[in-house]
Amino acid sequence: MIRLLLRRLALGLGTVALVSAMIFAAVEALPGDACTAILQRDASGQRLENCRRELGLDRPAVARYVDWAAGALRGDLGTSAHNGKRIASLVGDRLANTLLLAGCTLAVGVPLALLLGVLTGLRRDGAADIALSTGTILAMTIPEFVSATMLIFVFSIWLDLVPGIVTVSASAPATAFFPGIVLPVIVLTMVMTAHILRTVRSSVIETLDSDYVQMARLKGVPYWRMVFRHVLPNALLPAINVVALTIAWLLGGVVVVEKVFNYPGLGHYMIDAISDRDLPVVQAIALILAAVYVGVNLAADMLTMVLNPRLRTLRARNG
Amino acid sequence: MADAPLIEVSGLRVGFASRSGRVVDVLRGVDLEVRRGETVGIVGESGSGKSTLLLAAMGYLKRGLRVIEGSARFAGTDLLSLPRRDLERIRGRRLALIPQNSGQSLTPNLRIEAQVAEVLRLHGTRPAGEHRARVRELLAQVRLPDPDAIARRYPHELSGGQQQRVAIAMALAGEPEALLLDEPTTGLDVTTQAHVLDLLSDLAARLGTTMVYVSHDLGAIARVCARVAVMYGGEIVLDGDARRVLVDPAHPYARGLLASIPRLSGGALPASLEGRPPEPGGAGPGCAFADRCAIAVDACRATRPALATLPDGTRARCMRPDAVAGIPLRGGTATTHLVDAGARAPALSLRGLAVSYARQGVVDQLLGRPPAGPRTVDAIDLALREGEAVALVGESGSGKSTILKAIAGLVPRADGSIALGDGVELEPDVSRRGPGELRAVQLVFQNPDESLNPRHDVATILAQPLGLYFGLSGEALRRRSVELLDQVRLGAHYLDRLPAQLSGGEKQRVAIARAFAAAPRIVLCDEVTSALDVSVQAAVLALLDGLRRDGGTTFVFVSHDLAVVRAIADRVAVLYQGRICEVGPVASVYAAPSHPYTEALMAAVLDPEPGARPRLLADDVQEGAPPARGCPFQRRCHRRLGDVCATDAPPAREAGDGHVIRCHIPVGELRALQVAGAPGHGRR
Amino acid sequence: MTRGASRWRGVARNLFSRPSGAIGATLVLAHVALAVASPWIVPYDFKAISAATILDAPSAAHWLGTDQLGRDVLTRTAMGGRQAIVVTAIATPLAVAWGGILGIWLGLAGGRLDDVLMRVVDAFLSLPWILKMLLIIVTFGAGIGVLVPTLAFFYGVPVIRIARAATHGVVARDYVLAARARGHGRGAIILREILPNVLDALMVEGAMRWSWMLLAFSSLSFLGFGVSPPTPDWGLMIADARSFMAIAPWAGLAPVVALSSLIVGINLAADALAKALGVDRAAAPVH
Repeated sequence: MIRLLLRRLALGLGTVALVSAMIFAAVEALPGDACTAILQRDASGQRLENCRRELGLDRPAVARYVDWAAGALRGDLGTSAHNGKRIASLVGDRLANTLLLAGCTLAVGVPLALLLGVLTGLRRDGAADIALSTGTILAMTIPEFVSATMLIFVFSIWLDLVPGIVTVSASAPATAFFPGIVLPVIVLTMVMTAHILRTVRSSVIETLDSDYVQMARLKGVPYWRMVFRHVLPNALLPAINVVALTIAWLLGGVVVVEKVFNYPGLGHYMIDAISDRDLPVVQAIALILAAVYVGVNLAADMLTMVLNPRLRTLRARNG
Repeated sequence: MADAPLIEVSGLRVGFASRSGRVVDVLRGVDLEVRRGETVGIVGESGSGKSTLLLAAMGYLKRGLRVIEGSARFAGTDLLSLPRRDLERIRGRRLALIPQNSGQSLTPNLRIEAQVAEVLRLHGTRPAGEHRARVRELLAQVRLPDPDAIARRYPHELSGGQQQRVAIAMALAGEPEALLLDEPTTGLDVTTQAHVLDLLSDLAARLGTTMVYVSHDLGAIARVCARVAVMYGGEIVLDGDARRVLVDPAHPYARGLLASIPRLSGGALPASLEGRPPEPGGAGPGCAFADRCAIAVDACRATRPALATLPDGTRARCMRPDAVAGIPLRGGTATTHLVDAGARAPALSLRGLAVSYARQGVVDQLLGRPPAGPRTVDAIDLALREGEAVALVGESGSGKSTILKAIAGLVPRADGSIALGDGVELEPDVSRRGPGELRAVQLVFQNPDESLNPRHDVATILAQPLGLYFGLSGEALRRRSVELLDQVRLGAHYLDRLPAQLSGGEKQRVAIARAFAAAPRIVLCDEVTSALDVSVQAAVLALLDGLRRDGGTTFVFVSHDLAVVRAIADRVAVLYQGRICEVGPVASVYAAPSHPYTEALMAAVLDPEPGARPRLLADDVQEGAPPARGCPFQRRCHRRLGDVCATDAPPAREAGDGHVIRCHIPVGELRALQVAGAPGHGRR
Repeated sequence: MTRGASRWRGVARNLFSRPSGAIGATLVLAHVALAVASPWIVPYDFKAISAATILDAPSAAHWLGTDQLGRDVLTRTAMGGRQAIVVTAIATPLAVAWGGILGIWLGLAGGRLDDVLMRVVDAFLSLPWILKMLLIIVTFGAGIGVLVPTLAFFYGVPVIRIARAATHGVVARDYVLAARARGHGRGAIILREILPNVLDALMVEGAMRWSWMLLAFSSLSFLGFGVSPPTPDWGLMIADARSFMAIAPWAGLAPVVALSSLIVGINLAADALAKALGVDRAAAPVH
């Protein structure tokens, strides 16, 4: 099994490498570069050439890619075209803030989703199930910016319970973000929980209909023991992948939510950087987000491999 | 009261609500009593309700089903109205189930030990300290080799036969008073089946456990049960002593069923029962069997007959018990097996055919070497004459389907050649074959649900070969399609139907019509009757036989069912691990002298005579791949000579009349050994 | 011909017999009708600014009130879906078509090409959608000519996965093997055996793609990167109304209800369609 895990790890690393190449190529393909962004209207003729030589932009693309990639591995993400500072430090705080937001969302959303998904799967077609099913459809389909706007309206303007906009700066300590983080977390949790809940529910229903659960019932296994020993370990296995996929979605949804709430995170910074044509920053952020996405999927796959007896012992039989 | 029945089902009606709100009956008022120590078999085809009855006897109904009236009592208590807690105490402890598909019925995330011990822990039959030892004891009791290793494994690591035994061990763990068995040997290899059935009948005899055994296989029931009940259309139609029910049953359906089972001993094509079993809720006001019955009168169609007790104690649901005896039990057309085969033109010849699924590694590709892995099929030499039906027989892993696919050009060929009668070589890859070759060889698959595109209606299905090979369209196409349907005894109105609207037998006929649309010279049949009910199977076999006679088509017929092969084939080749062990005319191969593997197969399979016991010759071992050298059967052979079997490939020995046996033991010696040591074996 | 039509009639009947299907389909049809007919039925000109009627509450003259530039909210809400629906309605079939064709082809081809391309697909999907969209928009603008191909391209990628998986499910079936054994050509097998069985899954996926695209479109407009004023668009309207939520909530509520009802409608209908067609929607990738 170690070999399987290592293979999967290698695949993940390969994907990140591939993504980095894609990002670099995409940014290259766009008209303009860091120099046109810095010089703006003065970007022409000799000044442009000098700038490019200075920043090393006249070298072949592959060489520049290798430099950039090597730097990224070392932790050096280059310098911002907008303000010349080191990207790594600019991004550091914001990454931490986004992780705080994502982390709170996961901490609240995942257990909630698992619990509700299992309960509605067990008590299928009950009143709670129908109510939650309707709720999840609404939660899943309403765009984040819409629910964000509505929540701001209700809870911060109307009821004045929590602040609607985050006014803290990017480098503030984590505690400064509460209670401003409450509404963003609620918005993100709504969508995330809905997705996970639906998958867990249908997985539980499918497992309940399986032959081996029927057999357990006919062996005289009491209900709750059956649920915990026979149903859940099998029903929750696919949930790992869904949680991973949802985390991946979270990275995209976080961007919009951060913008709406003015939260100083990585996503918000990315939008600003794109507007400012600060391409090195855009590249760096894209790489980070992609790496997180791949990393999460990797962890999910490896966890599944470890937990699923069928995958664990496949090698033993064939080997 | 010692006399009270242990299991008592009274007037049980179970059904579900259809979309339109109408109640559809799955069980229509079943009365059944089982006393302590009895072994009762329940026989029925699909739709008879037998599985539902068995589960109801445990107080369990599948989702959507509910009790309309009646009860299912165990030791006096109605399980269907018992609260869950009390049910949990009875199930597994006093009443245990051995399920149909053990592979699916064992929880995948728990080790075997945990699952079997769970029964011990729940029902407290042994103190906690003894559980480990008791689990291994139980696994040994069901004849699992190396119980310790098995206990530590997960279900998916075991073979089908091993999984089934674990299920039996799990059922025995609670030391139940009664065992309910739901088709426990379906899907297992013939030799494995024999072993499991032997174990079950042995257990019944030793432990005196009451047993209710549900199956569609009369042979299996004959081996284990003293009493047999026959179900049809959701009710019991016959219930009595096994010796009566299996030999001279007192109900038209049972007689028809017996007549439609192919027999190992007889060479005749079994008589077919026209029509098909009713869908749940499809039976009319009268007798469910009336529209298929040979002696039905108007009264039968008007009122539902009651289950009446006959003088000998048998219960039969028929209004005309006296007329029943007149229905023939055997019969059907005696097949005139080809005798002048040698004089006919050759139709297909396989020379040294070998197939390997191993992929060529890069190194092999560069050096132009064949792939290194074991060959799934090897050294196949077979010559078929026009109009012959040659069967390939073997268990799972024998490579019989692979050979068919190789003839059809669907799998890569590692070696050898396949040629049609006129010397035309068939390309290994079907996409490289010319239209003439494509037409000449047609394939019919096992599972009719899978081999017809669910989105195509019958007209489209037939139009494909007709359009492709003959360029037919429009009116000419329609006319020819109707002709083809007529040949398979389906009316023209079937053209508009979709597969979902057809029964299993009808779908298979369409598949056969599709194959014959090409006017082929060779028809390859891959287990074409295995997925069908017994009574339907006979009709399809008769159809195939008729088509062969009329058209002079050559058949290659693959099956694991020796009796079916006996009925339809002229010659048979017995395969083990992808190599031919024995080939020759069917009657000769099935009688002594035979290859030891054939002998083991024959001993494991018997006609449904009550009290017949199979003889277990070969071990119940699943082999993954053939041995690198020597005889393929060396590891399981009960007549193994010695080292020569492991080192040298066995020579082909003639036993007269085109009968060839590949064994190191000379033919004369084989004959002597087998005739002397196997009393029931030499049946003709 | 009649066989196909009668099948669809049966599916439609099944769809409408479910409450979720009936509600969803009605919402969708209503919105499409509104988008088409609105220019002729609205009371005001959508760009008519009026200093006199800024942020008026709903009244007889303005049923849903006015926005911060005095424009009629009802008019702008009724017309606010036009751009979004037109763009996404064109892009969706394109996305399903190109993703479906490539997915089916990969599902059949297998081998090295399949491995490589699926790695590329995985890598591509690891980037947040908004990043990809914004890079294009910021460079090339947000006109229909840019948005339609961009949406069609980006949103077709997940369809590749779905089509490939559906093809894998079909290709192993005996009836495909039977067709190969008969000697039918590759193209004929794809068209006649595989496509009809994969199409159902693609249809359901298509409905879901449409809803994701609408979401993306309105999010972009909300952020200021999509539709430019004065064209009415729900996302843009919600963004504008944000600052005035305390004093004039209706200006924001109307587009919220409109957008949400359309997206919810599509999802309900897609769900019911999946059940009516018997498509298993276990692990549909998000976005």
